[in-house]
Amino acid sequence: MTRLASAFAKPHPALVCFLTGGDGDTAANLDALVEGGADVIELGMPFTDPMADGPAIQAANLRSLGAGTRIADILRIAAEFRARHPQVPLVLMGYANPMTIRGPEWFAGECAKAGVDGVICVDIPPEEDAALGPALRAGGISLIRLATPTSDADRLNTILKDTSGFLYYVSVAGITGMQQAGIGSIEDAVARLKAATNLPVAVGFGVRTPEQASAIAKVADGVVVGSALVELVGQHGANAGGPLRELTAALADAVHGARDD
Amino acid sequence: MSDLPNSLRNLPDEDGHFGQFGGRYVAETLMPLILDLEKHYRAAMADPEFKEQFDDLLEHYVGRPSPLYFAERLTEHLGGAQIWFKREELNHTGAHKINNCIGQILLAMRMGKTRIIAETGAGQHGVATATVCARFGIPCVIYMGSVDVARQQPNVFRMKLLGAEVIPVESGAKTLKDAMNEALRDWVANVHDTFYIIGTAAGPHPYPELVREFQSVIGRESRAQMLSRTGRLPDLLLAAVGGGSNAIGLFHPFLDDAEVAMVGVEAAGHGIDTGQHAASLTGGGPGILHGNKTYLLQDEDGQITEAHSISAGLDYPGIGPEHSWLHESGRVKYVPITDDEALEAFQLCCKLEGIIPALESAHALAALPKLAKEMDKDRIILVNVSGRGDKDIFTVAEHLGVEL
Repeated sequence: MTRLASAFAKPHPALVCFLTGGDGDTAANLDALVEGGADVIELGMPFTDPMADGPAIQAANLRSLGAGTRIADILRIAAEFRARHPQVPLVLMGYANPMTIRGPEWFAGECAKAGVDGVICVDIPPEEDAALGPALRAGGISLIRLATPTSDADRLNTILKDTSGFLYYVSVAGITGMQQAGIGSIEDAVARLKAATNLPVAVGFGVRTPEQASAIAKVADGVVVGSALVELVGQHGANAGGPLRELTAALADAVHGARDD
Repeated sequence: MSDLPNSLRNLPDEDGHFGQFGGRYVAETLMPLILDLEKHYRAAMADPEFKEQFDDLLEHYVGRPSPLYFAERLTEHLGGAQIWFKREELNHTGAHKINNCIGQILLAMRMGKTRIIAETGAGQHGVATATVCARFGIPCVIYMGSVDVARQQPNVFRMKLLGAEVIPVESGAKTLKDAMNEALRDWVANVHDTFYIIGTAAGPHPYPELVREFQSVIGRESRAQMLSRTGRLPDLLLAAVGGGSNAIGLFHPFLDDAEVAMVGVEAAGHGIDTGQHAASLTGGGPGILHGNKTYLLQDEDGQITEAHSISAGLDYPGIGPEHSWLHESGRVKYVPITDDEALEAFQLCCKLEGIIPALESAHALAALPKLAKEMDKDRIILVNVSGRGDKDIFTVAEHLGVEL
């Protein structure tokens, strides 16, 4: 069983935590997420033009790039994380240009060497995926696609083809870290997705609090939290570890126990 | 599009690719929308009523056809080929931008969209978008980098007069690229009711194609006017290229005329060597940004680097994907022109022809001395004077050390 499959095969829903790489002490911060109870780690690759991201993650991208973060640094952070945490799945999330600038094969090769389990590329839809997806899969890495409120049944078939690891449901038509969708619409959407695929479905975008996470975890296989964590790094800088561990623990409690009652 | 099997006018292919360039590199939320846009665009193109409405507005609202003008004194001054101007600066709102906006707002209304967004650099596209929105009574939000807001105050005021909401964008370098990021963020959150009027022949398919189609009126008119005035086609077409919509609009109807050479002018800012320029083809490489694969200014990690040009309309680190393809195929030659060269040409055109050109168009004019001298006096160069320079007089005054 792959690391991603194991994470979603646990007896409880999975908590997926996102941080932007190179923003603050990423190694220590990722450790704090794991200690807090995160089941899957998403590591953001900073990009100058994060079109799908709201203010919190935009700012994190700029902080990271301002500190001089390079692709090589992200890959090193990933490889060191893998050495410290052999069992915790690690997913890279980012934009097409940094992932393809040296060629998709190069990127897939580096991901494989670093022990990365999956890749989410925001702006390469299935229609443009002749190179990156095949290269990643050849390296044993999942290409994780996003489904959105705008994905109808036809579109869903296109999205699901060649998707592996899990399906990421973007709960709102919008950018990261803004408003959250109503739980009713999330429940309907997840039911629709589960009818179309056997892959685990994780729900993200706009999830900030344990209460929200718990409500979603009742209906989905996983909950993704990003901006709320990234904001803690922005606020606490080098001392973000403690606050991150605390919020992650609260989220993990909420998500893991969501179906207990 | 052409029916010729080997025509250079048959691209993009059905997936929106010009060779390796173009495509649909957008977030999944936007995919259904741009597929839908393409469907509606094809239907509109096949609908005689759409064309009738478009042509009618171009004639009676925009003021087309724009004149083809022989620049006699400039020709004499340069002492080589004849210089002719396509007078897009005489259009309503003062630039070629309005052609595209008319086409896209008609499309937006066909699709039942009730809110318009757009990005703008110099403000010309913002003004043109605000104008068509006022004309059709549709609410309009314009994203503009705060640096551009500061250097293009007259256009900001124009947009507001026309009823648009202008939102200054504070991210990144606060110029056109950042305005486009912000417009995309708005779009993705408002897909249900919002149409994004992209101002140049770039972005995800079908935008590069549809913007080209709406701007090709420039080249079609030029072709007919030149044939009727001189009995022949021009020997060389010349246009400034930021995203490249005025250039592709002029070039496209001539692409299969092998005897017609074409030069696109990129903004070299302080000089290519300084790194402070906006010349994606001369000083950049292929990459993916804003929905398409094209030449970009970027570092070795694929991070987008800041563009610089004295002209806000050329201050963008990318270029339309068809230009990238025309560049690699060699059909069009692209040359860089610096801020200083453009300023000089700006003043020369004012003095010799009584025409104040936009700083964007001044880049094209600045390529003339060298090109004209290499050609005989019976040869013809046709320059697209894509916009008027009234909006730029403050920028020019500042660079010339004049206090207004």
